[in-house]
Amino acid sequence: MIITVASGKGGTGKTTVAVNLALSIGSTNLLDCDVEEPNVHTLLLPTNLQTSSVTVPTPSVDQGKCTLCGKCAEFCQFNAIFVGKTKTMIYNEMCHSCGGCKLVCPEDAINEVERPIGRIHQSSIGDTRLVYGELSIGEPIATTLIKRVKDQVKPNAINILDAPPGTACPVIETMRDSDFLVLVTEPTPFGLHDLSMAVDVVKELNIPFGVIINRAGIGDEGVTEYCRKNDIQILMEIPFNRTIAELYSRGIPFIQEMPEWRNRFNDLFVRITELVKNGE
Amino acid sequence: MVNEVAVISGKGGTGKTTICAALGMIADEIVMADCDVDAPDLHILLSPTIKSTTAFVASKMAVIDEDLCTSCGLCEEACRFDAITDSKVDSIACEGCGVCEFVCPEHAIQMTDHQSGNLYESDTRVGRMAHAKLLPGEGNSGRLVTEVRKLATRIATENGLSTVLIDGSPGIGCPVIATVTGIKLGIIVTEPTMSGIHDMQRVLELLKRFRVKAMVIINKFDLNLENTEAIERYCAENDAEVLGRIKFDSIMTQSMVAAQTLPEFAPDHEISQLLQAFWCRVTESLSSHDTEEHHTMH
Repeated sequence: MIITVASGKGGTGKTTVAVNLALSIGSTNLLDCDVEEPNVHTLLLPTNLQTSSVTVPTPSVDQGKCTLCGKCAEFCQFNAIFVGKTKTMIYNEMCHSCGGCKLVCPEDAINEVERPIGRIHQSSIGDTRLVYGELSIGEPIATTLIKRVKDQVKPNAINILDAPPGTACPVIETMRDSDFLVLVTEPTPFGLHDLSMAVDVVKELNIPFGVIINRAGIGDEGVTEYCRKNDIQILMEIPFNRTIAELYSRGIPFIQEMPEWRNRFNDLFVRITELVKNGE
Repeated sequence: MVNEVAVISGKGGTGKTTICAALGMIADEIVMADCDVDAPDLHILLSPTIKSTTAFVASKMAVIDEDLCTSCGLCEEACRFDAITDSKVDSIACEGCGVCEFVCPEHAIQMTDHQSGNLYESDTRVGRMAHAKLLPGEGNSGRLVTEVRKLATRIATENGLSTVLIDGSPGIGCPVIATVTGIKLGIIVTEPTMSGIHDMQRVLELLKRFRVKAMVIINKFDLNLENTEAIERYCAENDAEVLGRIKFDSIMTQSMVAAQTLPEFAPDHEISQLLQAFWCRVTESLSSHDTEEHHTMH
């Protein structure tokens, strides 16, 4: 089973929910798919990391064979190739690795070479297996790395995915193939606006979902009213509590200091399992 | 010459938009630009009146003509994005590269223009504003960010305004790179949490990579004083000026709920005063920057 924790707005508590849920259930496979700014490891402090490099195929031009005909640059939809007067140049960061330039080159002057764009780290913390991706700084395209992190999904295990914020391509890439989505929001106008955008995306993907309201009590009733009007389940409310915020700031999952929450997260998991079953 | 200043954070939810809107209210001669095209929120505080909308069409999408398609599967094999299954195109997965069109022996595939968002030019209480909205699930956020910046700079130039104040998106990927490339100053809003520090370090390195001057605001500093001091030390070691600390205060959320910027909602509040001082320092730094450039030019 794959449960993905997402949100439109950043900083609503995705990582808090993903980590505390995983630790409460026990023996889970926890995948941090926010490869631009992964944060799960700041709460779990893994040691003995197994690290591997992730590469993407990138064109490399054999300038000897190249006749500067310009067909590659004309084909490239991503402005990643510039054909000058003496040389054909590739802008690696713009390249989407579609392989088109190699296909259209009439001189067979383009080859693809593997170029590293980030890393994947794996570790075990107690009975939790953690996998997280880390996009290299200056690399714009996160989706390939997210796919590689998701290759570590274990079909027979409970997989919990921590998604990046927003509703654009990295989020979609993370959400795909999930059995259930937990959308974490906060009860504020920003939280509501970004939640409603996330709901639009989730409906398009047709995945069952529910909402967790974090920092309940800090703002207004907008999110609750929205969920009621749209028949969206509110799975859990985590009240605003300075202790939770301070524990987070120190990198401590709050169930460790507030054990009563362990049961609530376990109940949440039971409820999600039922919702997934009913959905089938 | 228009100065572009972007408020970014790495980590989401540190207070970028609230602080950006407040600075916009304080600043004179400004154009606002919401470059968080994926999840824009600035309009909630600034209630813009939209004056013009432009469809953002920057990518293509494959369309298969069922009558011509023989289901040979060559396109499916050639697509690197797993966007074609059983001769059907997955519009979300398709990146518009055109490889399928190229390999199709029946000429059954056509690349068609694809709208991935809208670009808006608006009026607000603080001044003119450029903003945009990516359609749900779309890519190409980097290019749309570039369009927002171009529009904002054009408005500033036409109206003789000196500064564009940009609200950025979280992360360090494509939209953030498009936001910070070639700007004058990046203001990083961080918080004293382990993840806040981690994410600030990465976005600071990104600014360094693109040779953009960095300033830092530590929001909710009193959540963890030890971490606040660690951030200040890190900034000192890495050439980033700390503009100051903002304490955790529910007034920030209250002003958001009231759909107002902080200086409107609570003009005499200490955080409003503090932000006023931050902006003074920013403009001072921008003008000294200008002079430096002036000197090098001669």
